[in-house]
Amino acid sequence: MFLTRKAEFSASHVCANPAWSADRNQAVYGNNANPNGHGHNYVLEVTLTGDPDPVTGMVFDLRQLKEILNREVVDPMDHRFLNKEVPPFDRVIPTTENLAVEIWKRIEPQIRRDGVRLQNVRLYETADLYVDYGGER
Amino acid sequence: MRLTSRYRFSASHRLDTPALSPEENRRLYGKCNNPHGHGHDYVLDVSVTGPVDAASGQVVNIQTLDRLVAERILRDFDHKYLNADVREFEDFIPTSENIIRVMEDRLKSHWRESFAGDWPCLEKIRLRETRRNQFELASRK
Repeated sequence: MFLTRKAEFSASHVCANPAWSADRNQAVYGNNANPNGHGHNYVLEVTLTGDPDPVTGMVFDLRQLKEILNREVVDPMDHRFLNKEVPPFDRVIPTTENLAVEIWKRIEPQIRRDGVRLQNVRLYETADLYVDYGGER
Repeated sequence: MRLTSRYRFSASHRLDTPALSPEENRRLYGKCNNPHGHGHDYVLDVSVTGPVDAASGQVVNIQTLDRLVAERILRDFDHKYLNADVREFEDFIPTSENIIRVMEDRLKSHWRESFAGDWPCLEKIRLRETRRNQFELASRK
C-alpha cells in the first residue's frame, strides 16, 4: 500500500553555476539565474510503501512522519534563502532536482524499517512544475 | 529523475466520423457531435526522465522543453479549431486519445533537434480535457 503525506515550505534560491558566465547561466536557467534570488511556495509529497501493521492498522505513524518532515525539511528550509542558509546549497545548485535528492537523503534513513520504505519524493516548485525522485543514482 | 511540466491551451473541436451516418454520429458522440463544435481548456502534462546533469543540477533544460512544446504544440493548438486549423485532424478525429497521439508524434519527431544526447527521454504525456476526463500515453521508445 502507498501512503502519501504533503508538506509545504516557502524559500528563495538562485540557480547558477559559478563556473559559467552570466550569459550561459541565463541560457540554462533563465530567470532562475537572477543573482539576488526569488522565491517559491514549494509543495512536497512524500510517498511510502509498505503493508499496514496488523496491530495498529497503519503503514507508518503519521505523526512521526510529520515530525520527520518538519525536522528535516520544513524547519530548516521554510522562509530561508537556500543558497545562503541551508547547506549543501551553498555549493550544490538548488534546482528542484537537487532539492528532491537532498530531501530524499535527509528523510530516507529515518523512514526505512522492516516492511516500510520510501517510494517517491515529489517536489512541486510551482503548480505547473514538479519532479519525482525514487532514490536512483 | 522525472520532471513534469504543465502547459495549458484552449481549443475547440467536433467529433464526427465519416464512417457513420449523421444519426449514428449523434448517438455515438452525443453533444460532442454538435455541428458547430465546442471548446475546452486543456491541460497538458509532459514528463521527461533522465539522470541529473552534474554541472547544471537539472534533468532537462526547462527553457528548451518549453520552447519545444510552444513551437510544436501550443502555437498550432492554442485558440484554434482543431478540425480545421491543425493539419493532422483533416482526416483524423480530434478525440483526446487522438490529440495525445498527435502530440507525441510531434514531440518525438522534433526531440533530437532540442535534445541531442541520449537524455532526457520523453516518458509520458497526460492530457486533461475537463476536470473529469484525462488521458495518459506512455511514450514509445
